[in-house]
Amino acid sequence: MKKKTGLIFFPAFDYAISPTHPEREERLLYTQDQVNEEGLLDFDNIKEFKPDLATAEDIQRVHFCVPGIDEIVHASHLIAVGGTLTAADKVMQKEVDNAFALVRPCGHHSMRVVHGTRGFCTLNMEAIMVEYIRQKYGVKRIAIVDTDCHHGDGSQDIFWHDPNTLFISMHQDGRTLYPGSGFPDEMGGPNAFGTTINLPMPPGTCEEGFLYVLNDIVMPILNEFKPDLIINSAGQDNHYSDPITNMKFTAQGYAILNDTLKPDIAVLEGGYSIESALPYINTGIILAMAGMDYSQIREPDYDAEDQIQPAHITSYLKKLKEITFQQWNNREALRDQVYPKKAFHTRTNQIFYDTAGIREMQTETVRTCSDCGGAVTIDSRADTGRRGQIFAVQIPRYCCDACRTWAEEQFDSADKKKYSQIFLQDKDNDLYQEK
Amino acid sequence: MILGIDVGGTHTDSVLMQNRKIIRKSKVMTDKSDILKSVLLATQSVAEPADIKKLRRIVLSTTISTNAVAQNKLDPVGMIVMSGPGVSHQDLPLSDRTTFVSGYMNHRGMEAEEIDEDEINALKKQFADKGIEHIGVVGKFSTRSPIHELKVQTLLNGQAKHVTVGHQLSGALNFPRRISTAYLNEAIWSLHSDLVDQLSAYMQELGVNVPLYILKADGGTIDVEQSRNYPVQTILSGPAATIMGVLPFVSSDKDSVSIDVGGTTTDIALFADGAPLLEPKGVQIEEHKTLIRGLLTHSIALGGDSHVRVVDNRIVIGPERKGSAMGFDGPVPTPTDAMIFLGLADIGHKGKAAKAMESIATEMGQTPSEVARAIMDQACETIAAKVRSMIQEVNSKPVYTIHELLEGKKIAPQEIIVVGGPAPYLAKQVGELLSMPAIVPENSDVINASGAAMARTTVELNLMADTEERVLTIAEEGLQSKIPQNFKLDDLIAVGKERLEQIARVAGAQEADLEIEVADCQTFNVIRDSATTGKNFRVRLQIKPGLTKHVSQ
Repeated sequence: MKKKTGLIFFPAFDYAISPTHPEREERLLYTQDQVNEEGLLDFDNIKEFKPDLATAEDIQRVHFCVPGIDEIVHASHLIAVGGTLTAADKVMQKEVDNAFALVRPCGHHSMRVVHGTRGFCTLNMEAIMVEYIRQKYGVKRIAIVDTDCHHGDGSQDIFWHDPNTLFISMHQDGRTLYPGSGFPDEMGGPNAFGTTINLPMPPGTCEEGFLYVLNDIVMPILNEFKPDLIINSAGQDNHYSDPITNMKFTAQGYAILNDTLKPDIAVLEGGYSIESALPYINTGIILAMAGMDYSQIREPDYDAEDQIQPAHITSYLKKLKEITFQQWNNREALRDQVYPKKAFHTRTNQIFYDTAGIREMQTETVRTCSDCGGAVTIDSRADTGRRGQIFAVQIPRYCCDACRTWAEEQFDSADKKKYSQIFLQDKDNDLYQEK
Repeated sequence: MILGIDVGGTHTDSVLMQNRKIIRKSKVMTDKSDILKSVLLATQSVAEPADIKKLRRIVLSTTISTNAVAQNKLDPVGMIVMSGPGVSHQDLPLSDRTTFVSGYMNHRGMEAEEIDEDEINALKKQFADKGIEHIGVVGKFSTRSPIHELKVQTLLNGQAKHVTVGHQLSGALNFPRRISTAYLNEAIWSLHSDLVDQLSAYMQELGVNVPLYILKADGGTIDVEQSRNYPVQTILSGPAATIMGVLPFVSSDKDSVSIDVGGTTTDIALFADGAPLLEPKGVQIEEHKTLIRGLLTHSIALGGDSHVRVVDNRIVIGPERKGSAMGFDGPVPTPTDAMIFLGLADIGHKGKAAKAMESIATEMGQTPSEVARAIMDQACETIAAKVRSMIQEVNSKPVYTIHELLEGKKIAPQEIIVVGGPAPYLAKQVGELLSMPAIVPENSDVINASGAAMARTTVELNLMADTEERVLTIAEEGLQSKIPQNFKLDDLIAVGKERLEQIARVAGAQEADLEIEVADCQTFNVIRDSATTGKNFRVRLQIKPGLTKHVSQ
C-alpha cells in the first residue's frame, strides 16, 4: 500500500571533514542525481521538506558539549540534526506517514559527553530526535534499530540507562571494524538491562544473512517490546562496494529491510560508496518507505553468485540468534548476576575520538532504581588540558523523586576546583545548567 | 515597430507597438479552422500597409497546442524507453503505451548495459505495420550520455515522420518527465508543423522579410521555423504571455507579484528584482509533468464570473463558472455583480446585478449591501491568501548547501501588478490586505499580445565536464567531446557561453539580447582510493526571460 513519505534531503555540498575524507562534499551528489533522474519527488506520495536548524536546547537534552556547542559544532551539524527534527515533526503532526532524513554528516558514534568528533560524528541525530519527540509530543516507548555497518556505540552510550528506549544495533563484528565494540554481552545498565541489544555479524555477511537477522531476531524482539515509534539509524555501509567495511549487503536488500522494519523515521548514517551504492540504496529505501514497487532496484554490477552465503556464516548467525534470545528471555535473572544488588554501580570507559585525536577517561555512576532509569553522574577527563576535566549530572526523563534529590545534591556538592565545568541536565524539566 | 498577436481559443488579439507603447490594438474572433485567416485579420486591423513595411519583428503566442493537449486531440506516438533498473515500469508515465527495451547508462553517463539492435529493428517493423508515424526515444540518464538515444534514432531512420530523442528537449535530470515531454513533443508535432507552414504562408502574404517568432512557456521567443522540432516548448505559453506583458510595469530593483484575474481563474506570478520566477522542475499540463521550462504560476478557481452561492449559510465563490455575470444577463450571481452593485465597476446592468445580490441576501438574511461587501471581502482575501501561500512555498523550497540555507535569498514582494477584466475594481483592496501598493496597467485587455511582442529569445544549456573521464557533455546538444585533465570550470563556462550564443542566434536572438547568465555552477572532486583523480563540473547557462532590447522604434 502506498504511504505518504517525507524526505528531508540535505547533501551539504559545501561541507567536508577534509577534501578526500569519506565524509566529503559530493557524498550525496550521485544520490541526488539518481533521486532526481528517477523523478521520485514528482510522486504525489513523496514530499520534500527543507530542514530546520537545531537549537542549543535540542542538543543539550542529550549532550554535554565541552567546552560548549559553539566551539565544537559546525553549521552542517545544526542542519543535519535540524533535518531529523523536521522529519520527526512531519511524522508526529501526521503530515506524512513516515519520513527519511537524508542528511549528513552522520551522528551515531557521538556519546553523551562530546569533546570533539569521533567516527566522523559530532552530534547524535537520532538521540537528539528521540528526546525532542518525547519533550514535544510525549511519546515514551521508542525503538532505534541501527543498521549501519559500524556499531552505534554513541547511541548505545546515550540510551544505556533508558528502559524506554530499545536500542538494537546490527553491525560488522567489532573485532574486525571500528569502533571495536557492540558484543552480545553489552546489554545495558542496571535499570535498563536488556534494552540494549547487539547483533555483530561476520565480515562477508550478504543479503540472506542480513534478512535472517532482521526477520528472525530483530522483528520478534520489536514485536514483544511494542514501541510507539521505530527509528532506523540507516547506515548504508554494509553494501558490498563500500570502501571502508567488509560486508556484502545490497540495494535490494536495504529496500526489503525497510519494507520489513517499517520505520516511522529513517536517518542516514554512514555509507561511503558514493557512486556504486548510495544512489541505488537510497532510491530503494525511499521507494520501500513510500510503499512502492522496489523490485526493479539493482546495482549495475550486482552479482547473484557473490550473494551465495558460506556455511560458516549461516551457522554463526544461528548461534547469534540462540544467544540473543537466551539473554532476552532471561534478562531479569541475568541482570542480577551482572549487577549484584548495590545502591550504586560504577563503570569506567576509555573513549577514543579518532577524527579529533582525543582520548577521554570516564567514570560513570548510576543510582540503582526500580522506579526510573536512575540518575547518573559522569566524571570525564579528556587529554585536552584543563578544559577537558568536567563533571556531568543527568536527571533522566520520567525521573523518580529519590533519584532527582540525589542528582541535585551531586550537582550542588561538585567541587569547582576539580573541574573546568560542572553540568546538570534535567530532561523532565527541559533544563540545562552549568556552574 | 513590433506586431504582437495572441491567438486564443475565442479571440485573436493584436497590438502594434513602438517604443514599448501600444499604438493600436484590436480583438477579432478566432477562426479555428483557418488560423492563417485569423492572423491576417488581426494584422490588418492594427497595421496599415505602410506600417507593415516598417515592421521589425512579429511575435505570436498561441494556445493551439495547449488546447490540443487539454482536449486530448493528439497523434498516436510509439514510445521506446530504455529504463534500466530503478523505479518500476508501472510507476512511469505512459507505461501502458511504452515499449521498454534493453540498454541503460549510469548516473555518470557510463554505459551499464548495451542496447540490443535486433530488438530495435523488430520494433521498427512493428511500428511500420501499425502505421505509427511519430516515435519518442528516451533513455535514463540520456542527458549524461546521449549515445543510446542517438543510436536508436539512427536505427529508426526512414521509419517515421519524426523521431524525438529525449535529451534534446531539456538538459535536466528527470526520467519520467523526459518520457512525458518526448511523448507530447511527438503527439503535437504534426499539428505544430502545420501551423508553421501556415505562418510561412502568412509571411509571404505580408510580403515582409522580418523575424517571426513564437512564444514559449518560459516567456521567451523562438524563431518560428526553429520551433518546428520542439513544439512542446510552445505549450502553456498563454500564462507566460501575460507575465511578459506585466513585465514593463515591474520594478527591477525589488520583488513583485502579479495577479491576473480572469473570468474563471486567477493566476499569480512572482518576480525577483524584475525577473519572473521559473517553475523549478518544468511545467505541468493536464496529467503530464514535463521538463519544459515555464514561468511559475499558481492558480485559484476564482474569477469575475465565478458562481456565487450560499452553502450552510455561508457564501461560497467558485470553482465553477456558469456563464457571465447577471449584470451581463448571465444565469447566476458572481463577484462581478457585487462590484457593479457596490458601484466599484460602472459596467453592465446595475438593476440586474442588484437582483443577483438580493437573491443571496434573502438566503443569508442580510441586506444586499452587506452581502455584496462580504463577497468582495471574501474574493480579495482568497486571492491575498493565495499570494501569501505562494511566497511561503517559494521561500521554503529546499536548498542543498549550508550557504544557501543560512544566507539564501528570500522573495519579499513590495508591489502588486493586477491585470484582467476585474482588476481595476479589486486591486486596491487586495493591495491593502497584502500591505503593498497595487498598480493596474493600461491596455490590460491585450496584455498577452503586448507581452509576446516585447519578449526576447531565451535559451538554456546544461554542461558537465568530468576530468577523470576527460569528457565534456552538452546535454541538450547530445554532444560529447574530449577535454584535457587540467580542464577548469572557467574553461567549461567559456565553451558553454560560446555554444549558447550560437544556439541563441539560430533560435532568433538579437545581438542586444545575448545576456548570458550562469544560473548554476558546481564543482566536485572525484576521489578514487582516497586520492583526487579528477573534477566534476556542472554548469547551467541561460538567457533568462526578459524584454527585448532589439527595436526601439
